[in-house]
Amino acid sequence: MVTRIHPNLEDSDAKMSAKGVSIFYGDKKAIDDVSISIPTRYVTAFIGPSGCGKSTFLRALNRMNDTIASARVEGEITLDGEDIYRSGMDVVQLRARVGMVFQKPNPFPKSIYENIAYGPRIHGLAEDKTALDEIVESSLRRAGLWEEVKDRLTDSGTALSGGQQQRLCIARAIAVDPEVILMDEPCSALDPIATAKIEELIDELSGRYAIVIVTHSMQQAARVSQRTAFFHLGKMVEYGRTTDIFTNPLEERTKDYITGRYG
Amino acid sequence: MTERVAPTRTPAFEARLKQRYASERRFRVIGLSAIVFSLSVLAFLLVSMGYNGIGGFQRAELTVPIDFAESGVAGDASTLSGPTGISALETQGLPDVVAFYAEQALGAEGAAELSPGAWREVAEAVVANPDILRETVTFDLPASADLASAMRGDGGDEMRALAERLSSEDKLDRNLDVGFLERSDATDPQQVGIWGALKGSMLTMFVTLLLAFPIGVMAALYLEEYAPKNRWTDLIEVSINNLAAVPSIIFGLLGLAVFLWIFPTYRSAPLIGGLTLALMTMPVIVISGRNAIKAVPPSIRDGALAIGASPVQVVFHHVLPLALPGILTGTIIGMARALGETAPLLMIGMRAFIATPPDGFTSPATVLPVQIFLWSDEVNQGFVERTSAAIIVLLVFLLVMNGLAIYLRNRFEKKW
Repeated sequence: MVTRIHPNLEDSDAKMSAKGVSIFYGDKKAIDDVSISIPTRYVTAFIGPSGCGKSTFLRALNRMNDTIASARVEGEITLDGEDIYRSGMDVVQLRARVGMVFQKPNPFPKSIYENIAYGPRIHGLAEDKTALDEIVESSLRRAGLWEEVKDRLTDSGTALSGGQQQRLCIARAIAVDPEVILMDEPCSALDPIATAKIEELIDELSGRYAIVIVTHSMQQAARVSQRTAFFHLGKMVEYGRTTDIFTNPLEERTKDYITGRYG
Repeated sequence: MTERVAPTRTPAFEARLKQRYASERRFRVIGLSAIVFSLSVLAFLLVSMGYNGIGGFQRAELTVPIDFAESGVAGDASTLSGPTGISALETQGLPDVVAFYAEQALGAEGAAELSPGAWREVAEAVVANPDILRETVTFDLPASADLASAMRGDGGDEMRALAERLSSEDKLDRNLDVGFLERSDATDPQQVGIWGALKGSMLTMFVTLLLAFPIGVMAALYLEEYAPKNRWTDLIEVSINNLAAVPSIIFGLLGLAVFLWIFPTYRSAPLIGGLTLALMTMPVIVISGRNAIKAVPPSIRDGALAIGASPVQVVFHHVLPLALPGILTGTIIGMARALGETAPLLMIGMRAFIATPPDGFTSPATVLPVQIFLWSDEVNQGFVERTSAAIIVLLVFLLVMNGLAIYLRNRFEKKW
């Protein structure tokens, strides 16, 4: 079975693309022959039932799977046409270009300021203290957190509420000015109000970065994304414009999932 | 139709509930009595140590006034300074002068019971301040070991009578012996001090910490963060765990066979002792370090990796600072064990009789637990109290060391 691509999916310039990607954990195949092209200025959502491999695939996009000893990737994933799994690829640089936000907020147990400043500092993005202050402020502003934390930048990042922590993590990711931001169920640990704030933020950021978001919530995918890919049992079943997927699914399984028949 | 009774309302359930509470109460009583028992053992230990140890910090001293102006001993700051000062005084007959004035003050019997090295204390006082050579100065000089034990009620009748007479004349008294913390080992319990062993312990511990801490932490970091998981690393892990369980005397044999073979001239040196104890301490630090590193949540590593930190940056900026409190706890345990260790140091010759404090890492030394062991083996009664006093010094050293480590641990502790 191959992925069904919606016919009216226009060719936009692809930021990242995967061709025939399979991912293994030891002998177990978690992702089977996935090909997808992720557009530059849109939000792409990966949806699907638990265990379908969407998070695995997401983590392959900035090689976070490298930390799992048994994980193995076959096929080709490119960023701006460059194979990210080729032997000479610099993983550190790749991850600076393709940032990631995780399911559970994971601020460093350091001050709010240090959380944001860490990335720019290790990459040498700021020439002096003033420039670093500016990066911290603009990152927090773009993450919509500045007004809430500007008076307590020296407080620990872990002292913030869950939603604030997640926005701090997004601010941390955008502080190194990446080209792509991967989000792995960023709202699953948050209440509806915090979720709304994050979704608003994703909307604002989408003009500037290519964003890929894994989500369990169909409503969220419908609200924030322009492209949607449906994964099931390690395969990508269907890919198209979000409106097409939700109003006119081509596959029976997609239809069943988005109407809540399973998942 | 009978009314349905909820299963949590039946008599059987209530009986079970009672049993559960009873077992909880039993457990509490057992736990509490275990704590009370250990606390009382500890209290008994501390009280008996303290009681005996107070005697160890005191010394039987005879009061001897010396009129230097009359004695003819001469000298000034220039002739008496430096290491030759004491021998200069010896050639001028200071020992005889001290013996003469002791006889005047205490009578012939009393003077005979002055500790043989007593004149040295006079000489040291003179060297420290030559001006006293123009005055009459009253010294409290150590009594002989026999007189000291007679004062405690042991020994022959004659000696006890002498002790009683001198005490009643206010010429024999037990005084606080600050010198115990400044002198080194001696054959006479009245003359011994702990400084040599304390300094030896400090130097040895310094070498141990300097080697075991960085090597142990680096090994733990490498094994946890970098090493591939395969048969070889499994083997290394098993070996390290076994190493931590090896009896300490085996490490002493190893030190004897390897370190003393490489540095044959450094027998009894803190350097060799420290190397040997470092071998023993390292596995403890590696094991506790690995556990502490494992306890750092993977999400922190992911977060740092995802913004492009290199693996080394992840380790040194995030993992190590978060694991440090746990690593320090393991280091405290390992160092405390090393500080109290006797057996391996006996093997490498640190049990020698050493009457001067070590002046470096390579000069012969002994350490506190070995000193305690040696003194506890002495026949002379005076050493019993000295042994307790040395134990108190060891415990205080241990407390200071652990207190410092706990302070550091709390400073580095962070919440996440």
